Amino acid sequence: MMDLLTVLIDGILYSSWLFIIAVGLTLIYGVMKILNMAHGSLYALGAYAAASLVGFWLNHGYAPLGSYGMLALAAVMVGLVMGPLIERGLFRFFYGKDEILLLIVTFALFLILEDAIKLIWGVDPYFVSEPYGLLGTLELGGLNYPGYSLIMVGVSIATGIGLLWVLQYTRQGKLLLAVIHDREVSLAMGINVDRFYLITFTVGAMLAAVGGAFTAPTVSVVPGMGVEVIVLAFAVVVIGGLGSLQGAALGALIVGLVRSAAVHYLPEIELFSIYLVMALVLLLKPQGLFSSVEARKI
Amino acid sequence: MKKKQKYFIEKFTTIFLVTFLSIVFVTGWTLSAAAADEKPIKIGVVTFLSGGAAGPFGVPARNGAEVLTEALNAGGKVPAPYATKGFGGAPIELVFLDEAGGVTKQVTEFRNLVQRQNVDLVIGYISSGDAIAIPPVAEELKKLTVIFDAGTPRIFEDGSYKYVFRTGAHATMDNVGAALYVTENSPKIKKIAGINQNYAWGQDSWNDFEGAMKAFNPGVEVAVSQMPKLFAGQYGAEISSLLSSKAEVVHSSFWGGDLEAFVLQAGPRGLFNKSTVVLTAGETAMFRLASQIPDGTVIGGRGPHGVFAPDNELNRWFRNAYNERYALFPTYPAYKMVQAILGVKAAYEKAQAANGDKAPDQDQVIAALENLTYDTPSGKVEMSLGKGHQAVQGTAYGTVKHVKGQLTLTKIKHYPADKVNPPEGVKSEEWIKSGFKKTK
Repeated sequence: MMDLLTVLIDGILYSSWLFIIAVGLTLIYGVMKILNMAHGSLYALGAYAAASLVGFWLNHGYAPLGSYGMLALAAVMVGLVMGPLIERGLFRFFYGKDEILLLIVTFALFLILEDAIKLIWGVDPYFVSEPYGLLGTLELGGLNYPGYSLIMVGVSIATGIGLLWVLQYTRQGKLLLAVIHDREVSLAMGINVDRFYLITFTVGAMLAAVGGAFTAPTVSVVPGMGVEVIVLAFAVVVIGGLGSLQGAALGALIVGLVRSAAVHYLPEIELFSIYLVMALVLLLKPQGLFSSVEARKI
Repeated sequence: MKKKQKYFIEKFTTIFLVTFLSIVFVTGWTLSAAAADEKPIKIGVVTFLSGGAAGPFGVPARNGAEVLTEALNAGGKVPAPYATKGFGGAPIELVFLDEAGGVTKQVTEFRNLVQRQNVDLVIGYISSGDAIAIPPVAEELKKLTVIFDAGTPRIFEDGSYKYVFRTGAHATMDNVGAALYVTENSPKIKKIAGINQNYAWGQDSWNDFEGAMKAFNPGVEVAVSQMPKLFAGQYGAEISSLLSSKAEVVHSSFWGGDLEAFVLQAGPRGLFNKSTVVLTAGETAMFRLASQIPDGTVIGGRGPHGVFAPDNELNRWFRNAYNERYALFPTYPAYKMVQAILGVKAAYEKAQAANGDKAPDQDQVIAALENLTYDTPSGKVEMSLGKGHQAVQGTAYGTVKHVKGQLTLTKIKHYPADKVNPPEGVKSEEWIKSGFKKTK
């Protein structure tokens, strides 16, 4: 009989990972109404950048604890570089056109970035395992867990609370909420929507890269690691409701717990469990858990 | 210039050009006819050059092909019996194709290789998915195709082909060998568990291992079998489940990024201390992950390759040549690629000798390759299953031990081919279920 506590712990750990990879996607959709298929590539870029930076840091013999800072720095750098580059250099030309067009553009971008990563970093795997081993292990519910898992949980909680606080309690955040709610009226009221798009996409790219950078120490960084993530992030975001932060959090939590239960009690359906949840939610609430039915604008 | 002079100059130029070009053409034609015996043999090589399978498998395989082909084309560099240049004097030309992109794409690309690029034969396929889909197409296009690595036993058990060969043993050998090894080295096994990728390779591997363990250890029960998605990458919950299962033996046919992620994530949590973990494809990650693989882990190389290879002249030459070029030692995909090319070379030259030293046609090469036994850096390869189209070899397993910070393998045990491969005409699954009966 599996210990319920273990199922819970595993569920929360997986949920925190899911939240980090999904939150950037839902933010970008919420503000810009773009479903960014290149999200997985930005995640992969974050992982590769982290691998390079941490490698550089440790090769120069600096304090190993600083490698955590390097992970964060890698994510920030990827966001600051790729965000404006993509938004100003590519997306800007497609606003106002059919939404499908932009979706295809993001898919093309995903393909391009995947190959660009191979050109820059090659096809061999990279290891960034030093940050992973630094915090030792701790015992929870009778099993050993790596201390690093707590970092993942910490990062995802900090991200969630940070984003929520910015959106609800700062002036810029409230303006952003206005843009999310109705772009045209916000424009009419004098909000610089273009600038908000730029900032949002940059933050979204940074969040994707944070997911990649902090996952990198737990895996070997290989080409194609972004592809899996797109599907998972998309499922979580759809469950929670496109554009809703709370939805992403709840969606991640539900998927994580269901998957953890499946792995422990019925491994055969584990592969299918996330889609089962998605199907059930969409049957009952087609817009996702936290989205409301939108009147169609003519 | 006067008109008349201009006319003569033009006429002269035309006559000169026509004569000159004719001479060139006739010479070229004669020369090419004379060089017909030296016409290069074009081999399409299909292996993963991008994606997660490139680093551990595709790239070493490609490297092995390049090292061997260069040496063969130079003539006299490869030890006996492979000292002739190329294939029977004709130089070899390699055309590489990336195996990434999925089965449908690979079938299309195979047709391209055969029909547009006009390759003489195809050597390739690491993915079991591709290896099941390609043979019918090869039969349709009547092109000699040699599968060098893919593991699923099903190719020649579920079908019969004239133009398709597999020069590497299939995965039943890996898993029966693993079962033999852990049974011999840890006598009292009550529970086993597994974590394998949820597709043909992982499922077949686990089935064969489970069946073999039940045959060798009556009463053993399966505590849990985890089948995560291929390339899932995050195994936290699965590892917790394996830890809670308290199985004495944990089996995994994981490879590539998944294997590395699993080792990185399971190591610190003590899975390798609580259970004996068997990594049937572990050899490819052995050197990269060296310090992370704990002592006591059982590692296989899908045959007597790499560190399990015998000390013969071919192996010494190959390791040297590969290391000189790539500053690394070859792992099993490189060995299996070399095995495939040498198999074709041996068959070609055998057919050539029987054909009065003239270049043999495809049917003659196929006839020579059927039931052939030939030498490789990994020892002898016998094409003795699948009506002479499927190779068998022995296999070997070892246990990891770190000596002075270096990863070494101890307690290496070799198993002969007939102990770990089913007999001709018997399906692997039935062979295991019947308790490894030698005859039908």
